Amino acid sequence: MTPRTPLRLVRARPEPPFTVTFDERELTVLPGQTIAAALWSAGVMSWRTTRSSGEPRGVFCGIGVCFDCLLTVNGRPNQRACLVRAEPGDVIRTQEGTGRHE
Amino acid sequence: MSERPRLAVIGAGPAGLVAALAAAARGVAVTLIDAAPDAGGQFYRQPAAGLGARRPGALHHQWRTWERLRDGLAAQVGAGRIRHLTEHHVWCVERESASFAVHALLGPEQEESVVVRADAVLLATGGYEKVLPFPGWTLPGVVTAGGAQAMLKSGLVLPGRTVVVAGTGPLLMPVAVGLAAAGAKVAALVESADPKDFVRHARVLAAHPDKLAEGARYAAELARYRVKVHVRHAVVAAHGTDRLEAVTVAALDADGRVRAGSERRVPCDSLAVGHGMLPHTDLAETLGCRLDGVNVAVDDEQRTDVPGVWAAGETTGIGGAALSLAEGRIAGLSIAARLDSRAPEPGSYASAAKARAGLREFFTAVDNVCTPPDRWVERVGDDTLVCRCEEVPAAAIREAVDELGAGDVRTVKLLTRAGMGWCQGRMCGAAVAGLAGCPPTPARRPFARPVPLGVLAREPDEAS
Ligand SMILES: Cc1cc2nc3c(=O)[nH]c(=O)nc-3n(C[C@H](O)[C@H](O)[C@H](O)COP(=O)(O)OP(=O)(O)OC[C@H]3O[C@@H](n4cnc5c(N)ncnc54)[C@H](O)[C@@H]3O)c2cc1C
Ligand code: FES
Repeated sequence: MTPRTPLRLVRARPEPPFTVTFDERELTVLPGQTIAAALWSAGVMSWRTTRSSGEPRGVFCGIGVCFDCLLTVNGRPNQRACLVRAEPGDVIRTQEGTGRHE
Repeated sequence: MSERPRLAVIGAGPAGLVAALAAAARGVAVTLIDAAPDAGGQFYRQPAAGLGARRPGALHHQWRTWERLRDGLAAQVGAGRIRHLTEHHVWCVERESASFAVHALLGPEQEESVVVRADAVLLATGGYEKVLPFPGWTLPGVVTAGGAQAMLKSGLVLPGRTVVVAGTGPLLMPVAVGLAAAGAKVAALVESADPKDFVRHARVLAAHPDKLAEGARYAAELARYRVKVHVRHAVVAAHGTDRLEAVTVAALDADGRVRAGSERRVPCDSLAVGHGMLPHTDLAETLGCRLDGVNVAVDDEQRTDVPGVWAAGETTGIGGAALSLAEGRIAGLSIAARLDSRAPEPGSYASAAKARAGLREFFTAVDNVCTPPDRWVERVGDDTLVCRCEEVPAAAIREAVDELGAGDVRTVKLLTRAGMGWCQGRMCGAAVAGLAGCPPTPARRPFARPVPLGVLAREPDEAS
């Protein structure tokens, strides 16, 4: 039996994938995925550390309400990974603290 | 579109969509505004077009209803009767003499604001999930149940390989089934409520055979995927250093206390957790609409107490997609009639009103049973963060109440900064109220979204 996956479940035939970089590492992204979805597909669950205790964070609410998923996209800090769709060539960085120290 | 009365609908979920279609069909010029790139809201969220899903309905129930709404929207947009503005985040609705100005931030950068003017406004902004804190709930891998569902439906991704679904409420079953169908191993579905408590509401349940059948269908699917269901149990802690590695599941007694010795560690790499839903009410609050508890208060026609402002769907009370559809239809018909200086024909919405009454009654019963037991407060350790944004631990909130004499949520906030961060207390509001032992009160946020100062200083452009 072939393993179940979300893509198989909906019989997806995605358009050709593209790449983005996440902290210098190349990630493959399917068109239409948010940055958070792209990171989850790559097995990355956290991409931010908090301001005072440096705790790791990633997606929590998944719909733009909690602001836990902030990161830096093409030099702009504090972008919500669960809302922003990945674009070919995006330069994505983990974010420390307020994200304003870069 | 200038001759016809103008309606701005905020939110393109089930409620907003049905209302927009009903009003547009009766001669109203509708602008449908939503933050998402596609219509559908939380319930009818779908994979982005680039993902090429040929069977998107596999992640959904009631796909037919969605197809009707989607095709109806396309037809009305094509005919110029509905203008659909996507990726517009509404941050404020302003009352001008006889009309309204709806201000929205554009696109992912959100540094440009546009304005939509309208004679009437429908607030159909839905809700978000409530999660009460417990040790380890900030670890990566712990996500809201709805969030896991949202990421799956739109991005076709899973939070991990082995998932525990926990909390309370009717959303947990579809989430567990959805994750399992998409290939996750659902190690357990942990529900803190006791289904036996539904017996007290037997009459209400018996009046809703369709809902019972829906529950039975989910139960059958859970069995098919071999998901173990634990009722009257709770996840009392999440473990891991950089990310989730396991959770502790424990049995609860009738008072909601952990049964000594019942704790069991369940290895997992993700936890989808939810304790019910809360309505989005910020826009209603800034407009001065009366609230009823945490919901926007509405009359039989879904009118708020502010003339020209209607509200429908979960913003007026949590009750699922079918209730949102009924409320949206009533609101749309009422708006079309009132903008034409008429009262709506009661016959035109009698069936929707009947559905609304039944579903509200049903969800009141569900809400009564699926309430997290008060004892959750005792399981929150002093060092557990309550406010995720400002990193405020439970100890600080307890100190504010016990030693500094704070008697309400606002004072706790001022003393501890809980609720002052990015999310403006949306994530911690209910928990702070619970820990402080006071009722949750509306937060009175000036804006529904963080707004760059430059936007406040500039004259807005009209939305094109
Ligand atoms: C994350 C999540 C997942 C859910 N998954 C399920 C599920 O799988 N099954 C189920 O039965 N129920 C689910 N629900 C419950 C679901 O919300 C309701 O059943 C139903 O979708 C409510 O319809 P609605 O029209 O009231 O609001 P929603 O469907 O929530 O739609 C509200 C819309 O308003 C938009 N919006 C909100 N605020 C603004 C603003 N300020 N500016 C612009 N746009 C705005 C949102 O983008 C959204 O599209 C989920 C809820 C959440 C929060
Ligand atoms: S996960 Fe909550 S805002 Fe992105």
